[in-house]
Amino acid sequence: MAIDMSQSTGVGQSGGAGGSSAARWFARGNIFTATLFGAGGWFFGHWWGNVIAGHYTSVQNSGTNDVSWLLGAIFAVVAWFIGLGALNHPIAKLWGGEAPMAEKKQKYSIMEYFSYSTDHKVVGIQYLFAMLMYFFVAGLLALGIRTELLSPTYHIWGPDTYIEIVGEHGTMMMMMMTSIIMGPFGNFLVPLMIGSKRMAFPRLEAASFWFTVPAFFFLLSALWQGGFQSGWTGYAPLSIQGGVGQDAYLFSFTLMALSMLAASTNMVATIINYRAPGMRWSRLSVLTWGMITTAFTMILSVPVLIDGLYVMGMDRAVQTSMLYGQHGGSPFLWENLFWFFGHPEVYLLALPGFAITTEILPVFARKPVFALKTSIAGMIGVATLSFFVWQHHLFNSGMNPDMRPLFMLSTELISIPTGFLYLVGMGTVWRGRLRFNVPMLFMLAVFFNFLWGGITGVYNSDVPVDALIHGSFFVMAHFHFTIMGQLMFAVFGAIYYYTPLFFGIKLSEKLGKIHFWTMFVAFNSTFLPLFIVGWLGQPRRVFEYAARLQTLNQWVSISAYVLGLSLAFFVVTFIWQLVVTRPKSEPNPWDSRGLEWQVGIPVPKDNFDRIPVILSSPYEYGNPNAGPMADLSPTVASVGSDA
Amino acid sequence: MSKGARAGLVMVAFAAAIGIILFGVFGYLRSSPPVVSAVPSATQPNTVNVTMQVDGAVGVGPHPTWVGYWIQGANGQYKQTTLLKVPVNTYVHVKLYEYDSGGPLRNPYWGKEIGTAGNVIVVNGQPVSLVNSYAGNGVAHNFDVPGLGVNVALPGVNGNAKNFCNVGPCNPSEAHNLIQFTFYSGKTVHNYRWQCFIPCGLGYLTGNGGPMQSLGYMAGFVQVVK
Amino acid sequence: MALKTSEESGSPAAIARKHGSRIVAIWFILSLIIDLVVWFVWGPHMPPGDMTTTAAGQQFDFKVLTVMSVPVLLMVWVYGAYVIINFRDRGDHADGYYVKGNRKSQGLWYAATAVLVLFLAGFGTYELVVPAGAGVGEGPSPIWKPASTAHMLQVQVIAQQWRFTYRWPQFGGMETTSLVLPVNTEIQFNVTSLDVIHDFWAYQLGVKADANPEDNNVAYTKTQQTGRFVVRCDELCGIWHGAMYNYGNVVSQNAFYQWATNMEAQNASLTKLLPKYSTVYVPNDNVAGGQYFNG
Repeated sequence: MAIDMSQSTGVGQSGGAGGSSAARWFARGNIFTATLFGAGGWFFGHWWGNVIAGHYTSVQNSGTNDVSWLLGAIFAVVAWFIGLGALNHPIAKLWGGEAPMAEKKQKYSIMEYFSYSTDHKVVGIQYLFAMLMYFFVAGLLALGIRTELLSPTYHIWGPDTYIEIVGEHGTMMMMMMTSIIMGPFGNFLVPLMIGSKRMAFPRLEAASFWFTVPAFFFLLSALWQGGFQSGWTGYAPLSIQGGVGQDAYLFSFTLMALSMLAASTNMVATIINYRAPGMRWSRLSVLTWGMITTAFTMILSVPVLIDGLYVMGMDRAVQTSMLYGQHGGSPFLWENLFWFFGHPEVYLLALPGFAITTEILPVFARKPVFALKTSIAGMIGVATLSFFVWQHHLFNSGMNPDMRPLFMLSTELISIPTGFLYLVGMGTVWRGRLRFNVPMLFMLAVFFNFLWGGITGVYNSDVPVDALIHGSFFVMAHFHFTIMGQLMFAVFGAIYYYTPLFFGIKLSEKLGKIHFWTMFVAFNSTFLPLFIVGWLGQPRRVFEYAARLQTLNQWVSISAYVLGLSLAFFVVTFIWQLVVTRPKSEPNPWDSRGLEWQVGIPVPKDNFDRIPVILSSPYEYGNPNAGPMADLSPTVASVGSDA
Repeated sequence: MSKGARAGLVMVAFAAAIGIILFGVFGYLRSSPPVVSAVPSATQPNTVNVTMQVDGAVGVGPHPTWVGYWIQGANGQYKQTTLLKVPVNTYVHVKLYEYDSGGPLRNPYWGKEIGTAGNVIVVNGQPVSLVNSYAGNGVAHNFDVPGLGVNVALPGVNGNAKNFCNVGPCNPSEAHNLIQFTFYSGKTVHNYRWQCFIPCGLGYLTGNGGPMQSLGYMAGFVQVVK
Repeated sequence: MALKTSEESGSPAAIARKHGSRIVAIWFILSLIIDLVVWFVWGPHMPPGDMTTTAAGQQFDFKVLTVMSVPVLLMVWVYGAYVIINFRDRGDHADGYYVKGNRKSQGLWYAATAVLVLFLAGFGTYELVVPAGAGVGEGPSPIWKPASTAHMLQVQVIAQQWRFTYRWPQFGGMETTSLVLPVNTEIQFNVTSLDVIHDFWAYQLGVKADANPEDNNVAYTKTQQTGRFVVRCDELCGIWHGAMYNYGNVVSQNAFYQWATNMEAQNASLTKLLPKYSTVYVPNDNVAGGQYFNG
């Protein structure tokens, strides 16, 4: 393997205290300078857009100017990155200089978490908090939806506000879910798991995080600009008809798409090229496998979303008429472009959840991963098939009726590799010695929850049954089980599991169990009745429904409040333990064999003093003859023998 | 930082977060146009009178170029709103000043006056049961309440009139049609939504964005209460 | 059910047989009982009922899928409960039984899931093609049609923001806001939209078809019982999406013809104003009547 063993000569390590890292934090760029620059960019772009397009008929009649909104946003983001100092390096390169990256440190000041850091451990923690911010804000919006649905006729929100809240909740969640594993856990853990001191493209990695921040605020800003009526799916022509809130939707989604591209490019390059000697593909951890399959899926599907959003932006701003009729366009184009991204997307939400579940399960079952190759084949199979199923969202659209049996088949086929997760999980716990720590409880809940989501997925793929449940609360309950029930439970399990590594603290088992049980019961109590509600005929995204469904809806709403309280309990206890009590963790509290746990707590600034030599699989639990997973201080001879 | 200071900091942060959430909900998301209640007089218990006007451009607020409805409150002042509260089992006599020019309906079906007393409306003193939106001054707006089975097509004023009103509330010295009709509020307590069918959200695709999708302009509720 | 001894003896195969036979027995008995209940007790009452052939087809498919899902659910639950009870850490912090795979159980799993999935795809295809598209919108030129189209009632569904209207080409091209259908009749719905994408979902009729602007979406069904049904919009279409619904009735054939001829006469003057009947409409905003606002 062509591994650069002397990584200390790589980018960023040679600079030492020289270059920009010596400057004070305010000169290097940070969130304050970035905000200042971004605001300036917004006003400039907005002004310019008014100069260009202020006389358009559509602008004069409607009183809203999409051109100036989009120009303002583009300039704001470019200026934001300049303010962060993202361009210091390329500009220095253009002038023939070399601006080295800031040196990694053992302990960072708080301010450095608010700057354009190129340390993968800092980026991981930045991502963790940012994605949780997305999750909790979008979760509050969900409580807003449930409050409206307490009554079939009385309205808490105006109908326009209600649709805005629904769309905002969906879009924010879908944007966040794409990155909630790859962002925090992928960035933090992949170099540790493959035995590398760094990521392949640290600047790309930093950029991937800093796209998510303006994406969040632009998306949220839609709420006070009239919102967007089209939901997260943004179907044209409704999305062309909306006000500037729709521009916020397409622009923030584009930023998130760019973030996904940057993050996945970095992930693929790192995993392929930065594995330590002896880290054969067969010894790669399942999480790393999950990251590389997810990253490939993103690289292939996300550009289609960016194209679609660009087309939507053009249609809205300068009436290019590609997504609506009368001038040659077609609303079917958006449906196809969107779901060609959207369907791989929902699987690339599920894959990291599978991966992290399979990663953590053996540690608490005290057994190797059962049928490891099957679990990897399953992930690759899901990723591949995910590109051939998108029209199952369009079974009622009138498009391609003769293709329906094919898309029904491809959709049902995907349940074979998805089922591998159960084969692997059930095999792994067979005759294990299960330890029911908080992370393990979350992993077991993943299997329970995803079973509902997976089985009802078969109902959705069956065209005659889909005729009944398409667009109803049944579908909505289905994907909340697969995404929240699977991915978010995996994320919370991973947070409990990895806090010792991330922060050097071990969260209380007792508080964690209270959080787990309330969340698990409230989650199922919220979403199981919604299958029935949809089956009985309640469409999604409505603010009025049949009076006979009121009891079920109230049950769901009250369960949703309990779920909200459970998550609030997590926030309070998590922040309290993190900031105030700080219960110190021992170095490897879960007796994991994984390489990431062998480096000690806190993780050294370069992860490894010397590039380790990998000797065996990370999952050899119960093997009396298993040696350590890696030699952390290899001699020249030991490298030669295995590499 | 000491443990106590960190605890204080966390509690301040939590309080600030709760404050921001409450402000967002009650200061912004819960805001809506005012509600105008129509109250029956003592002498005629089952009838109410409502005076409204619909303007080509409301002229004020965040969207001055949008079309919109105004409803006269108890003190005779017009309020820019589309929320009207009426009692159950009541005949609602509407007197509506229409200040906008007209155009064609996307579906000419909605030129029919449905659900008003006698299925007619009175336009400047003349009874009208059907408006051809493709001829004459067309239809300016609709007052369509599906839940009550009401669809009122409001004929437009001549688009070439000299004294057009552009800033609401308008007054009867400006070009207008005076339209009168009566509908029955039904026996059920319910929030009946109403909308317009004329593509009057200018500048938006198919004319159905902007004011057509915003409470207080061309979308609203008839709140039938006890 | 929990094992008495903390350490098990015997070959791995024998241990697997011991645990496996218990799990399979519990699973089989539970599955059989619940499946019988689903099929005979719950099944006949499942939504959306059997007012039409397509609704009955959807009910039947839902029932079949549920009967097939129950054993899958129970397999995971019974296995999971058994494992959680029997294979837990006994306080000695020991490791589990070292095994990395099992060719036989893996092979069985692959084969079983493949057979199940291929059966479901075949079943779904049959249930889609034979009942003429299963009540789903088939686009402008449907490929799965009812056997006899001789006495088919044509109903056009026109969706617009935010109401449905219905046009009746066999009754002078009249348009109505109410939907009344005769019983025991083949019906062809031609669904279209005047603005954005809507979806015509007649719940009890088992019909669902997107209403696309400038496109026709055809769905078939055959009524077999009288009764009331609800029509809802099932694609997000803007502010009043949640309020875009109305009710319809399936009535006797005589009552239907009376209603239809009556409506046709009542609406004669209105029908003259409507555009000529067509499968799609392109509303024109720039005709006589002119601009609606020139300020």
